[in-house]
Amino acid sequence: MTPEVSESRHRELGLTDFEYGRIVELLGRDPNQVELAMFSLLWSEHCAYKHSRKLLGKLPTEGERVVMGPGENAGAVDIGNGHAVAFKVESHNHPSAVEPFQGAATGVGGILRDVFAIGARPIAVLDSLRFGELSSERSRYLFEGAVAGIGHYGNSIGVPTVGGEVYFEPPYEHNCLVNAMCVGLARTDEMIRSAAAGPGNLLVIMGASTGRDGIGGASVLASAELEAGDDSKRPSVQIGDPFEESKLLECCLELLERGLLVSLQDLGAAGLTSSAGEMAAKGGVGIDIDVARVPLREQDLEPFEVMISESQERMLAVVEPGRLDELVATCERWQTGAAAIGEITEGGRLRVLDDGVEVGDVPVEALVDECPLYDLEPEEPSGWMFGNSETLGEQVALTAGRSADPGDPSAILCALLGSPNVASKRWAFEQYDSVVGSRTARRPEQADAAVLMVPESDRAIAVAIDGNGRRVACDPYAGTVEAVLECAQNLACAGAEPLGLTNCLNFGNPEKPNVAWQLERAVLGLADACLGLRVPVVGGNVSLYNETEHGPIYPTPVVGMVGELPDPGNPPGVAPGSGDQLILIGPFAPSLAGSELAKQRGELDAGLPQPDIGAVDAALTLVRELVRSGSVSAAHDVSDGGLACALAEMAIAAGSGIDADLDALVELRGGSGESCLFGEGPGGIVLAAAEADSASILDRAKAAGVDAAKIGVVGGDRVEIASAERDVSIALADAERAWRSLAERL
Amino acid sequence: MIGVIQFPGSCDERDAAAAAGRIGEARLVWHEETDLSGLDGIVVPGGFSYGDYLRAGAIARFSPAMEAVAHFAAEGRPVLGICNGFQVLCEAGLLPGALLPNEGLRFICRQVALVAEDFTGPFGTEVEAGSRLSIPIKHMSGRYFAPGEDLDRMESSGQVAFRYAPGENPNGSVRDIAGVTNEDGNVLGLMPHPEHAVDPLTGSDDGLVLFRALARAPQTAAA
Repeated sequence: MTPEVSESRHRELGLTDFEYGRIVELLGRDPNQVELAMFSLLWSEHCAYKHSRKLLGKLPTEGERVVMGPGENAGAVDIGNGHAVAFKVESHNHPSAVEPFQGAATGVGGILRDVFAIGARPIAVLDSLRFGELSSERSRYLFEGAVAGIGHYGNSIGVPTVGGEVYFEPPYEHNCLVNAMCVGLARTDEMIRSAAAGPGNLLVIMGASTGRDGIGGASVLASAELEAGDDSKRPSVQIGDPFEESKLLECCLELLERGLLVSLQDLGAAGLTSSAGEMAAKGGVGIDIDVARVPLREQDLEPFEVMISESQERMLAVVEPGRLDELVATCERWQTGAAAIGEITEGGRLRVLDDGVEVGDVPVEALVDECPLYDLEPEEPSGWMFGNSETLGEQVALTAGRSADPGDPSAILCALLGSPNVASKRWAFEQYDSVVGSRTARRPEQADAAVLMVPESDRAIAVAIDGNGRRVACDPYAGTVEAVLECAQNLACAGAEPLGLTNCLNFGNPEKPNVAWQLERAVLGLADACLGLRVPVVGGNVSLYNETEHGPIYPTPVVGMVGELPDPGNPPGVAPGSGDQLILIGPFAPSLAGSELAKQRGELDAGLPQPDIGAVDAALTLVRELVRSGSVSAAHDVSDGGLACALAEMAIAAGSGIDADLDALVELRGGSGESCLFGEGPGGIVLAAAEADSASILDRAKAAGVDAAKIGVVGGDRVEIASAERDVSIALADAERAWRSLAERL
Repeated sequence: MIGVIQFPGSCDERDAAAAAGRIGEARLVWHEETDLSGLDGIVVPGGFSYGDYLRAGAIARFSPAMEAVAHFAAEGRPVLGICNGFQVLCEAGLLPGALLPNEGLRFICRQVALVAEDFTGPFGTEVEAGSRLSIPIKHMSGRYFAPGEDLDRMESSGQVAFRYAPGENPNGSVRDIAGVTNEDGNVLGLMPHPEHAVDPLTGSDDGLVLFRALARAPQTAAA
């Protein structure tokens, strides 16, 4: 007995009439309620990538070191000695906008499962967050809730949160972004894929019981624009239980170590439907699921609810019948659930049974692979499509004093250092356990990238996550190239060479031509930068429809990168020693376009200078060599707020002043003194070295054809920067006070 | 052989076993194990035992392994409780006082400086009084509390083992207390994580001294 489906039901579930017609055609009849629920979720943007799949084909995914590429739960690269590093970044934007604590917590829970689903033990989490300006009470609430939620989950489960980034910009006011990245370590021979295999094998659900939580959650929430009054969606936000996940994680890793599983998959968006469907599709088999055998946490769930529930902390495994008892005993030891709920079949159909009675039957291929894919209709916007507001005066008053002149470079530096986008994020990262696991050799803010020791492979890895949406909004192609370069720069400062990249593409509604254009240009930029740096994309996630009646978010590709370095003892941090020389290296050509200063002056506009990927690549090769050779005492890339902010940050880290002169840069690039101080752009690294080493660094740069110039020296108790008569002079203590002002704004 | 208790929800048990393994041998002890014979010392590690949704350590104290640890401690043998382990030992009544939520009501992870007191027992013998140790803390409920008269007595009998260095108290602990022992000095609990301070590459190796103390502690029979 299956309830009839009303004619317009498919529209409420987000399917177009065309898509519904296609389903009828594929089935040869009208779908019943169970089947329609399953199609509506798997054919959502979140699961089917129907607006992005064609574009994503342009990304380079192959490389010598790739062990697993896109399509698996997470990507993985080989790091030698029989080990691989697995990683992936994923969004949990809409759930976090509705309930930031649980939204962010379950975002972490979900990405951890993706990583241990391929047999890797999670060893690090990073996060990338976007909110509206901190002057907004709602943004403060969302920021505080999301940080607490990330901490709650990561801290409780014992995986260190080692890095991340936060930006505050008006277009995220009504649609915050919460992206989480997990890095795991696996023995290559214990890794597992998600393809179901072996007709007659059993399908086992492990972990938490299934309830109504999250029904219509991720898939539906992630595929429609948020509207006012979205508190009504609160019941469909999932609730996280890190204790359950901790047991499930240990249990799954033990099952894999003992070789008990045929395949493994986590349950995420669209629950059983998506997981079982994907396992069957990848293995070219069918699956029968009996919903009456799924352990429930509340009574009277309809079969369709069981099939789409997004209850957290659940995994799906395929096991040979003879090994079921051993699997169940292991789960009992870890005090986590296990129930055989179905079996692998031949014939490629996903059948749903309710106590043996069939209530749904669809071809796996139709469900997973036949969703219509759409071509984008990109159209370049005629100009800057986001707002502008002047906030520099306010910032200057706040950080440099009421009477300060907003045209004075010293006051501007204070204002930029105190801007929430540039200021120290200590308030946030101190809420995260960054040391559990005994691998963390460089903690947040100690270096541009986090460094983790991997004694299993006799080396270390460096990880970073980046993506400045404002710059991508100015120029989606150049801005996305910059996001990749920024990650590579962070890695190079630790002496690490990139091995692979993961990304999360957070964009507005792709059915709108301007957003489609942003998406297309950004993916091209991502592809070109990856090709230029020879870094394969091993996985990723797309989050579209990030927009409200107030408009779309800034287009925000978030890039996560993993690299390797031979010696964890070597990487310098951002703190130079007193008396060290400061050298600027790389093709850095500062421009105020899209900069933090342009934002604060209300002067944002379309367009960025086009980056020279090859020149940055050459500079990073040199920086890596210099860092590895041990001749560098500190390394820091030029990022938000420009060179003046980078120098001030190094001074603060050193607890010592600096005396710098940027005239060499002014001469080399022909820019204004102000643009050399505060202009932004890729390809700038500040190295610190003892006087004796600095001459040889300049020689090596010359030999490598990489621009390099001595720009200053560490010492004293002031930050002094001369730049074509636009001179900065502030006390180190004032710079530090501004830079540490984030907590005062909460 | 040092045993490190492993509860469901423990986070730092492997790190603690690895730290103890730098001095001697160590193994994990499953929370349902009750036979601790053959072990020379016990670590009750950090984490969120049984999820800690009720009150930190409130459930773990009832585990079979903790009953065995109580006997082990009563025999005068050394027990080191770290963070959640400290909370569990207080809940179990093996250490005086209690750990309350941090003053700021937020989780804090930070490298802090500790100053060792002149304290009794096998740990106090190994740690030089007045020495300064750099060790990270990471906790939500680390604010040590005991009534004033109890604190006076503990101070005079050498039960206060570590204090946060002046200006470093991260959580509002009474009298800056970071770690205490029982009356005999064979049970030590502290909120900072010495197992995360055993390698200069990860920040410091000042925590090694406690694992050395654990390995060297005399196996005293109960009086």
